Formats: sequence, C-alpha cells, structure tokens
Amino acid sequence: MSATTAEPWSPGARRKARGGGRRRRENPFVYFIALVFIAVCIAPVLYIVIGGFRTNSQITSSPAGLPHPWVVANYTGILTSVTFWGELANSAVVAFASTLGIVVLGLMVSFVIARYDFKFKGAMYSLFAAGLMFPLVIAITPLYIVIKDLGLVDNLGGVIIPQIGFGLPTTVIILVPFLRAIPKEIEEAAAIDGTSRLGFFFRMVVPLSLPGVVTVGILAFIGSWNNYVLPLYVLNSQANFTLPLGVQAFSSQYSQDTAKVLAFTSLAMLPALVFFSVFQKRIVGGLTGAVKG
Amino acid sequence: MSDTLGTDTAPGRQSQGTTRVGDAAQAGSPTPPRAAARRRGRARMRFEIALLSGPAILMFTAFVIFPVALAAYYGFYRWQGYGPATDWVGLNNYRLIFTDPAFQQVLKHNLLIAVLSLVIQGPLAIGLALLLNRKMRGRAVIRVLIFVPYVISEVIVGTGWSLMLQVNGAVNDVLAHLGLGSLQSDWLADPKLAIWTLMAIISWKYIGFAVILMLAGLQSIPDEVFEAAAIDGASFWQMQRRITLPLLGPTIRIWGFLSIIGSLQLFDLVYIIWGQYISGTAGTSTMAIYMVSQGRDAGNYGYGNAVAVVMFLISLIVALIYQRLILRRDLRGAVTEGAS
Repeated sequence: MSATTAEPWSPGARRKARGGGRRRRENPFVYFIALVFIAVCIAPVLYIVIGGFRTNSQITSSPAGLPHPWVVANYTGILTSVTFWGELANSAVVAFASTLGIVVLGLMVSFVIARYDFKFKGAMYSLFAAGLMFPLVIAITPLYIVIKDLGLVDNLGGVIIPQIGFGLPTTVIILVPFLRAIPKEIEEAAAIDGTSRLGFFFRMVVPLSLPGVVTVGILAFIGSWNNYVLPLYVLNSQANFTLPLGVQAFSSQYSQDTAKVLAFTSLAMLPALVFFSVFQKRIVGGLTGAVKG
Repeated sequence: MSDTLGTDTAPGRQSQGTTRVGDAAQAGSPTPPRAAARRRGRARMRFEIALLSGPAILMFTAFVIFPVALAAYYGFYRWQGYGPATDWVGLNNYRLIFTDPAFQQVLKHNLLIAVLSLVIQGPLAIGLALLLNRKMRGRAVIRVLIFVPYVISEVIVGTGWSLMLQVNGAVNDVLAHLGLGSLQSDWLADPKLAIWTLMAIISWKYIGFAVILMLAGLQSIPDEVFEAAAIDGASFWQMQRRITLPLLGPTIRIWGFLSIIGSLQLFDLVYIIWGQYISGTAGTSTMAIYMVSQGRDAGNYGYGNAVAVVMFLISLIVALIYQRLILRRDLRGAVTEGAS
C-alpha cells in the first residue's frame, strides 16, 4: 500500500512537483540529518550491546570505550543460566496468549461494530474508544484487587487476562475501519450463495482482514513483551518473572557488575527487536492503511 | 488518522455501515413470508451480535471498567488492601491528596512533562517526517532504525540510560573526550537537571513513534495537490506550509492527544531510573509514582485508589478540553505554526 502511494509519478515529475528543482541540492543535507537522527536513536542501544562484550575494569577505566579485548563471558554466562531462559519463556507465554486473546476477541467485536446494524453500536464503539484514554497504570491499584480476588496473584494468567482487556481498545479502533472497507458486494455475493453472516465472517472477513490483524497482533505482542507495571504488581516469585522484571531484578542483584547487566539487558531486548524488524513493514503499512480508512 | 483513532468521526461512518448492512440483509432475504422471516432474522442477528461481541465486552468491562469503578468505591475508605472495607472516611482521602504539597509537586511535573513533550517532540517530528518523506536510498532501513527506541521496553531504556548517565558513566566520558569536560554533570541526581534529563530520555524514546505517525499521515496526502500547487508556481516551502501542514492536522492532533495522555500516566521510566524515593528529591516524580508509593507500598490501598481516581479525572478533563480546543482550531486550518 505504501509503495503505490509513494511513487505514482515518474521520478522526474515528482521532483518537479515537490521540490521544484531544489531537491538535488538538498539531498546531501537530507542524508546528513537522517544520519545524525539515526545515530542518536541507535547509539545508546549499541552502547548496551557492545558494553556487554567488555569487562568491568574496561568499563570503569573508560566508560564509553570499545571492548579491548572482546569478552563473551558475560553473554555465555547468561545464556547458560536457567533464570534467563525461564523469564524468556514466561514472557513468550504471556505475549503469545495475550496477543491471541486480543486478536480473536478484538476481531469478533470489531466485526459486529463494523458490519451489523443495531441500537447500541455507537455506544459500543465509544466504550472501547474511551478505553484508549485509560491505560493500565491508572487502574493498576484496583485491578490488583480484582486479580487478587480471582486468586491470580503470582500467576501468569493474572497478567494475560487483564492485558487482553486493555489491549482491546487499540485493536477495535484499528480494525473497525479495516472491516468497514470490505466491499459490501462481497457480502451480498456470499449471502446470495447462501452463506450466513457468521459464515461470511469466518470464510471472508478473517482472511481479508489479515493485514490489519497482523498490525494489531504485532502491536499487542510488543506491548505485552514490554509491559512492566502489571507484572510488577502481579508476579512475586522469581520463577514467574517476565523479562522486564528479570532485567530489573538482575540489575539490582548485580549492581556492581555493570558488564553483566548490559549483557542481560541486550539479550532481553533482542526478541522484541527481531520480531519488530521481521514485521516492521506491516506496522508502517498498517498505520498507513488505517489512515486511508 | 482521525478516521481510525478519533471518536469524532465515528457517527458518520457508522451510518454508512448501517445502510450497507441493511441493504445486504434485504438482498439476502427471499420475498414471500416477510414478517416471520424478518423476525427470525432479527433474533438470529441478536444472537450473533451477543456471540461475537460478548467475550470482548465481558473482558473489557471486568478488567478495565470495573476496576475503575472499584477505585471510586475504595477511594472513600481507609483500607489496607484485605478484608472488607469498613473504615469510611468520606472525602478525606481526596482532601489529603489536594492539600498534600507532594501531590501538587508531582502534578506540576506531569503537566510540565506534557507541555514539554508537545513542544520538543512535535516540531522535531514534523520536521523530520517532512525531510524523510521523499524517495531516498535506504528509506526502509531509516524507518526501522528510528522506531527502535520505541520498540525497546521502558525497563531496558531505563536501565541502559541510568548506567550511561551515572557520574562516572559513558555520557560524561564522551563529553570529556570531546573536550567538553566542563559540561559533565550529575545528570540523574541534580534536582535542577534531572527533569531535563528525563525529558531528553522521553524524547529519545517516543519521537520515533511520532515520526512514523506523521509519515503515515503524509503518505495519505494525494500527490495531485502538490502538482497543482507546483503548476501555480508555489515554492517548496510554500507547499509545506500551506498544504502539507494543514492536511497533516488530523494526524498531529491525534499524536498530541496520545502524547498528553501518555505524559499524564508516565510511570515506568521514572520508576526504573530514579525509583520511588530518589525521584522525589530529584524532582522527577509523577502522579503514578505518588500513587504507587503512597498506596500500595505504604499499605494504604484506599488512599492509592483515591489517587487513581484523581488521575483518571485529570486525564478525562484534559482530554475533553483538548478535544474542544483543538477541534475548534482544526476548523480554521493547521494545528501548529498557525500556518499563515
């Protein structure tokens, strides 16, 4: 979608339209600004990753220097520890379960809002839209009480279930325009062929809304992977920690061992980064698609 | 963007959907026993609506709406977090909140962060998006890289930055190597500096999201508009000011909304970098930090819930004012810069 909007003109026509011949002179400047901006964005991340390859004495004597020599002991130490893998597994379980719940429930309710005609449709949409205004932090204290009453304290379910509830608003708001955009001719054709509305949902809507679903799914996954305040409240024992809690526990436990903390931190951010770079086209493309309705 | 995130455009779009669905239903139903079929159809439709929307509404109500209502209830009690709440204190918790100088302090921080986020990130993000919204080599890579800080979790950002910003950390070391040793500071503990350090970290973390949103908004502006302007002899900067910025208005408005709400709820970064105690003396404490330290950590859940309610109301009021003001401004044209 982005590709088609980005280059509807030949390069020449575009240059004339947007830059009026200035573009050639501006180019090095644009690249320079872009490079500076990227350097600012990436440098701290690189510092964390590279710092993990140093020793503490290297870091103390020259905090911003490069590894000399490169040491892999920090990384191998963490990769062979049970704690890291346990926390990684917990994070993965929570993220996959939350994403699945958010996508399935969100798609169902978005379909109702987008394609059914009933009295409380507007109210239903507003209900979820209002949810955007109230992220988890605001409700955490009473939410903790609800979770406690359900006996889900120190249980991964106590993180997953509320996350599904809090992930729904964004999902509904991105998916409803997506589902509305499915041409009604398709629905009519399906109805003439004797397909019920539910059959239409499963056979046509689910596959057709896949790009939107992927966008929503990625956002949900990353949101869950990075969530801190809910696990902080709900999970008490180290065996149930997700990675953000693990990073925090690790960095206070090894507060004197900066190199190890840096290594742990970079390993903890790796999965989200990999996941994002694999699917990044979908996020940008999905946002663009949503903008165009 | 307003079509996707704003509630203001919802009614119009819904009526569109209404006619569509109605047409489809009529086209689908055969003619003869109309009334009966329609009644059966309606019952079936209700069943489908309940089946498809029930689970989501249940989850949303139970874990988002209900806790907020619960907070309002417990906010009237002095309550330790277990057993039934019996010690009714009326509005006393709220009186304490609003007379507590510490709360006024954190509220000020939140408002400052909200304003500074708009002022710092907004123009920067718009400028960068205008700059990057052209065919250039490596555009896809650039877009991935500027999104990286946003994708990394707050905990990791906080841990990494707090290590770098220590007195004998990497930032001061880099300054020394650049011959700027006089600029070395205690970035985290100096009360005059800490809030600006926090602003720098916030900007670093969230500007990628703003840029990507703006880029998505820019892509939805049809190229024909620019061609027409070019034929009329408009210069590059005239086009940006008179066409791009006004048409980007809805995107800017939505981003501003998300940014303000995010600033009012700020918790993770401050809690991780400063912790609840140091953040008080460093002057970076926020309402959410206050809520956690005075509520859960002090074992006073009733009070914590009252703080949650206050945060909720402040967010709501700010959101309503924002929608009002910005909607009215939107009618006149661009949101920032005045666009004239």
